[in-house]
Amino acid sequence: MSAERSAAEAASEQAQSRTRTQVADVDRSLYDFTKSEEGYERYDDGLTPDIVRSISAKKDEPDWMLEMRLAALEEYHRRPMAPNWGPSIAGLDLDHISTYVSPKTKQAKSWDDVPEDIKDTFERLGIPEAERESLAGVGAQYDSEIVYHNMREDVAKQGVVYTTIEDALHDPQWEPVVHQYFGTLIPPTDHKFAALHYAVWSGGSFVYVPAGVTLDYPLQSYFRLNAAGAGQFEHTLIIVEPGANLHFIEGCSAPKYYEANLHAGAVELFVKDGARLRYSTIENWSKNMYNLNTKRATVGADAKMEWVSGSFGSHVSYLYPTTIMAGDRSSCEFTGITFAGATQDLDTGCKVIMNGADTTASVDTKSISKDGGVNTFRSSVVVGRHADRARCSVSCQSLMLDDISRSDTIPAMDVRNATAQVGHEATIGRISDDTILYLMSRGCSEAEARTLVVNGFANPVSKELPLEYAVEMNNLIKMEMEGAIG
Amino acid sequence: MATHLLSVSNLSAGTEDKPILHGIDLTVGEGECHVLMGPNGAGKSTLGHVIMGDPAYSVTGGTITFDGTDVTELSADRRSLAGIFLSYQAPVEVPGVPLYSFLRTICQMRPELKTTARKFRQRVGEIADQLELDQSFLMRELNVGFSGGEKKKIEMLQLLLLRPKLAILDETDSGLDVDALGIVSRGIEAYREQCGGALIVITHNTRILERLTVDRTHVMVSGRMVTEGPADLIEFIDRNGFESFEKDARRGEKDESCVDCPGCPKAGDAE
Repeated sequence: MSAERSAAEAASEQAQSRTRTQVADVDRSLYDFTKSEEGYERYDDGLTPDIVRSISAKKDEPDWMLEMRLAALEEYHRRPMAPNWGPSIAGLDLDHISTYVSPKTKQAKSWDDVPEDIKDTFERLGIPEAERESLAGVGAQYDSEIVYHNMREDVAKQGVVYTTIEDALHDPQWEPVVHQYFGTLIPPTDHKFAALHYAVWSGGSFVYVPAGVTLDYPLQSYFRLNAAGAGQFEHTLIIVEPGANLHFIEGCSAPKYYEANLHAGAVELFVKDGARLRYSTIENWSKNMYNLNTKRATVGADAKMEWVSGSFGSHVSYLYPTTIMAGDRSSCEFTGITFAGATQDLDTGCKVIMNGADTTASVDTKSISKDGGVNTFRSSVVVGRHADRARCSVSCQSLMLDDISRSDTIPAMDVRNATAQVGHEATIGRISDDTILYLMSRGCSEAEARTLVVNGFANPVSKELPLEYAVEMNNLIKMEMEGAIG
Repeated sequence: MATHLLSVSNLSAGTEDKPILHGIDLTVGEGECHVLMGPNGAGKSTLGHVIMGDPAYSVTGGTITFDGTDVTELSADRRSLAGIFLSYQAPVEVPGVPLYSFLRTICQMRPELKTTARKFRQRVGEIADQLELDQSFLMRELNVGFSGGEKKKIEMLQLLLLRPKLAILDETDSGLDVDALGIVSRGIEAYREQCGGALIVITHNTRILERLTVDRTHVMVSGRMVTEGPADLIEFIDRNGFESFEKDARRGEKDESCVDCPGCPKAGDAE
């Protein structure tokens, strides 16, 4: 009896939150507003050693970092531009992308010290509110620099470090740690845009969670690219020591411009033995963005890596978070959703490299294509020779909302151990007329019915997100379904 | 005589390549209970779907008037909000949409049913108990993985929540075991008592009608209404099947030899 009541109560709570999601007024200007760049420091377009030296000098970096930048720049110029296997990036002209744009402000610890228009931006995105209610720490990056960074004192007392890479490099305690890890998981030689990233990186986060420490609340970094024709190249370096537990959230958005913008960040995650890291992303770049981001995690014995990824924006995306399961009995879960509308060509997926014995990985992705949008799901599962009894399942579900959109699934599997079990399933479906009629005959308009079905399709992903982000994701779906954002 | 709630007049409809309904007339007064019978393929379900506004069928002639308004051109959602409800033979599964929040959504969009979360929870709980539906079902995804009987109970749950003026039950009794049939029948009874709503029951099985006071019975054959009469027409069909109606339909509309059917207007004993 009491179980029944609590089930009904839980149902009601869920319903209330869902209902709120359904009826929430979507402010169409939520993401699509711009702020003046007047008085900002903006480096010349293009890529030269001089620009790289000025970025490094401004940050007053150690010599090794400048050397790494210059070597990466050479690597970048050495490699050919166009890939011949994915979406076209012909619209991206790096000679006309500014690699460094900085607002005239110092990093603040209080929102009151953040310049008014920038503070307004983050308030509209709901960041200070989320920080008060449900986060252990927040970093907010505006164009090339972090403008706000703060963490709750009790978390700091546990020895958790959450700061920018720049600040860590100026701290004698942490500079050697950054030096030890930075660029080791994603080397500058990884691919052309990794090389570009290391040449001009700026901003991002450095997180260190000491052994055995569990953070009860997530940390969140939000990346906002305001400047037209600019690039954002933040670097995220997270070290979760043995037995520690962290949930890190990354949000991104940008207003729409006619010029191309470029995002080439790098995320390096070190999950030590017995540790757990959940890395959640809601990305809503504007549709002039080339999102060429690289994310990689290495996972120790008995450790767990969880990815939750929602990709809504950008004109072109190449995004395949990679998990290297180095330790025995390590596990990895990847839950992702990609929504491609008009003018979008999103090539997303993930890579899993299973090297330890008894490792388990599950990949569950969804894609939605609409108005001529193109979705390509690309996965790569590699089971190494020593990965005895490794188990991996990959599931990819695609929903096509019309006849002019496109959805492809390209799974690759390289299994080198006879005791491993690897499975893949893919389905591509449409919303049936019967479903729409059923919902309409209960009073939903056709648009509401479609949104309901699409939200339902995305539900397995949104329920992995903290409530506020699930709401944001549902709002994004609603806006996409209404074609409200350009 | 009750005022007309639904008036289907000389209605012809079909799919793109195939006409199905031919000149259908059907009048249902407020709070009346009508039974629509006929052999398989007679067009009964199609008529239900056309009254609901299923875009799979296009109306080629005639009109549908509901509650004083011509709804022939209205979309299904507008008809639903006006007070028409169709319970499906095979309710669709909608993955990822929690049943409870779906119920909340479809109630909140109706000004007359808008209520607080607490009252709503209470109301849903009462109806679920009445239908002997375990409340854990409310947490599940809409119709996903439900048995045939459970799906029909969910349809009844929506019927009792939405309180429509007219409910069309399309073979709601098919595929139900005796117990489920009893529960569904009680649900229909409750709808009649609590909401005073009108009913069009499409069925092959007269058991579901045992608990209902039927006002009129209609028989369709080959997309045409071939006869209508009082409740005892059902007993005649129970005994004799549809054969005589089918024979008549084959012989054409002007046949006058169906004197055996009680209530047949052609037999001269119509009201």
